Amino acid sequence: MLRSKAFNLLKSIHLMSGQPKLAYKGIHPVIASHGHHSHRSVGYRQRYKTGAGSAGGRTLSAALTKAMSEKELPGLLILDIGGTYGVQENIVALLKKHFCLITMKEFLENKKEMSKKIQSVFVSECRPTVDQELLESLPNLKVIGNSGVGVDHLNLKMISNFGVKVTNTPHAVADSTADIGMALMLASARRLVEGSQIAISPHTKYFAVDWLGVEVTRATLGIIGMGRIGYKVAQRARAFEMKILYHNRKQRRKEEEQAVGAHYCEKMEDLLQQSDFVMLVVNLTPENHKMIGKKELGLMKPTATLINIGRGALIDQDALVEALQNNVIRAAALDVTYPEPLPRDHPLLKLNNIIITPHIGTATVQAIQMMAEEAIANMLAVLNGQPIPSEVFPK
Amino acid sequence: MEDQKLPCVLIDCIGEKHGVYEEHVEFLKEHFCLITMKEYIENKKILGKKIRAIYMWYHKPVINEELLQSLPNLKIVASSGVGIDHLDLNLLSRYGVKVSNTPFIVSTDTADLGMALMLASSRRLVEGYQMAVSPDTEYFPANWLGDEVSGATLGIIGMGTIGYKVAERAKAFEMKILYHNRKQRNKEEENAVGAIYCKKIDDLLRQSDFVMLAVNLTPQTHKLIGKRELQLMKPTATLINISRGLVVEQDDLVEALQNKVIKAAALDVTYPEPLPRDHPLLKMENVLITPHIGSATKKTRHLMMENMTESIQAALTSLPIPHEVLL
Repeated sequence: MLRSKAFNLLKSIHLMSGQPKLAYKGIHPVIASHGHHSHRSVGYRQRYKTGAGSAGGRTLSAALTKAMSEKELPGLLILDIGGTYGVQENIVALLKKHFCLITMKEFLENKKEMSKKIQSVFVSECRPTVDQELLESLPNLKVIGNSGVGVDHLNLKMISNFGVKVTNTPHAVADSTADIGMALMLASARRLVEGSQIAISPHTKYFAVDWLGVEVTRATLGIIGMGRIGYKVAQRARAFEMKILYHNRKQRRKEEEQAVGAHYCEKMEDLLQQSDFVMLVVNLTPENHKMIGKKELGLMKPTATLINIGRGALIDQDALVEALQNNVIRAAALDVTYPEPLPRDHPLLKLNNIIITPHIGTATVQAIQMMAEEAIANMLAVLNGQPIPSEVFPK
Repeated sequence: MEDQKLPCVLIDCIGEKHGVYEEHVEFLKEHFCLITMKEYIENKKILGKKIRAIYMWYHKPVINEELLQSLPNLKIVASSGVGIDHLDLNLLSRYGVKVSNTPFIVSTDTADLGMALMLASSRRLVEGYQMAVSPDTEYFPANWLGDEVSGATLGIIGMGTIGYKVAERAKAFEMKILYHNRKQRNKEEENAVGAIYCKKIDDLLRQSDFVMLAVNLTPQTHKLIGKRELQLMKPTATLINISRGLVVEQDDLVEALQNKVIKAAALDVTYPEPLPRDHPLLKMENVLITPHIGSATKKTRHLMMENMTESIQAALTSLPIPHEVLL
């Protein structure tokens, strides 16, 4: 299970470091964080309680422990604590177990002293922006730990030129993003948003019986991008007896295909022509910008739905507007757009055959926690010279 | 001449807000001579004797004793959908009229909608959509979170055909599945979906993150979920109803939601439908309501129509009736 993976990452770092004084040896982050809202069963939480031998500082006074550990903790730059774009309180508490936190404000107010302390940067929802100026002012920077799997907002080449590593969190995002893909497909097919508006509208006098959506069960789902997330989508879709087609840079192994009943389409065109639902689950690279344009939309069935849980720039948005206006395809459901949010006068916002959600693929209490854990494990691995679980390399 | 060979079937009307679908009429007319309520009322004496079946589409036409008395040759009422709580089965039985419904074809659509509601509610999809399109939105806040469905505990109340299909789907989300049913399913069925039987509904209520109602409405399930049951649920739990509005004591639900006794509710069914426009449920942020669309897909409605046609034909030729509803 993916939750145990994050825990094991932290645990294995401890075992390999041979530095028992370091605070990250402590209690599992799930227990340590404050205000944890998870609805996971108590039994699950209890499995991860550590034994008596953990938390090396228990025998010393709390203040002394704190002073000691703050000295040894590596400096981590974050945008802010709380506020509009800052890191949430419970994640801050988690980060503080392993790092000495420095906010952007603190850094800018005291660059001389702070700049040498910062060994890592925690990037969450693309913030803080990592530009040349920042990289030049952080001589001891070793790693940028991104919370989330997409790194299209980072200039990998530039960062690499500074000798800085980049890590992401592919494991933590998979379940929640696959879930949102399924949620969007179901909501679009069954006209859930529209239906909910009718149900509560002050003008509704009766429910029309000829108000219909389209079926999901036994329909054909075409998954473009069969990585970790795409495969989890396939696992879920299979339970809906969907016929599953997929297009990927390379074909998956036979056992993997058979486990979800997925058929490989070497040519994306074949997938587009046969699918009732087309789901984009690829990461954004310079090669696949606007991979879905007028031609691709034209190949899709007029009864088909396009779902995007990848990145907004994968789709030629103008072409999509036209396709939706002219019923070239039935509908679209997008968790991602370009930019986010869209300008308020964008034509996509005015269409009635589209659902847009505000990039909430990993917006769950559980995923946010796991992404932080995975980012921490990755950053600590870099700082301790250990094998890095999820390093991202420039092409 | 041709019309007289085809059996006469009473329908409410064609088109309009609750009538037989225009696109279904062609198929129906191949098998039946359709008589609308309007036509019947204008010519009761002659048509009354001719009508041998009623094609009841979404609870219309309404059947009462007066109607039954004036249709001496009525053999069957074919009702759309699986629920038959709107029919007086005793009354129909007294007049020797058989009843059929369309049980299995609605199952997958309804199970799909149950999953859709669970996902939409948990991930705050409608709220998110409103934020994404609102003219006032300047940015997407970082702290805006929902709860995960994958790995959570789903308690299914009513493990019939629909409930079981929900379980099959939920299993793929690695959900822990508990169920409560009049009788336990056999071991193979349980193992296939990893479902654990809760003989006492209380055990299911206490442990579930999502409670889904998939029972049919009977005197035993009427107001099955009331204040007591809601209080047994976790304060972080969501109630999902894809059965019938009356399975839930609605006033108790309103109170429970207002006092955060449970986290949220997602309802495809209410009582009545639609709710009065000033009903508190319509204003609550943590409530998602859909307009009874459990089986609302083109394919399924077409299959329902075919099913009902089959049932009527069987009844009129004295053959075993597929999907007959017995008292």
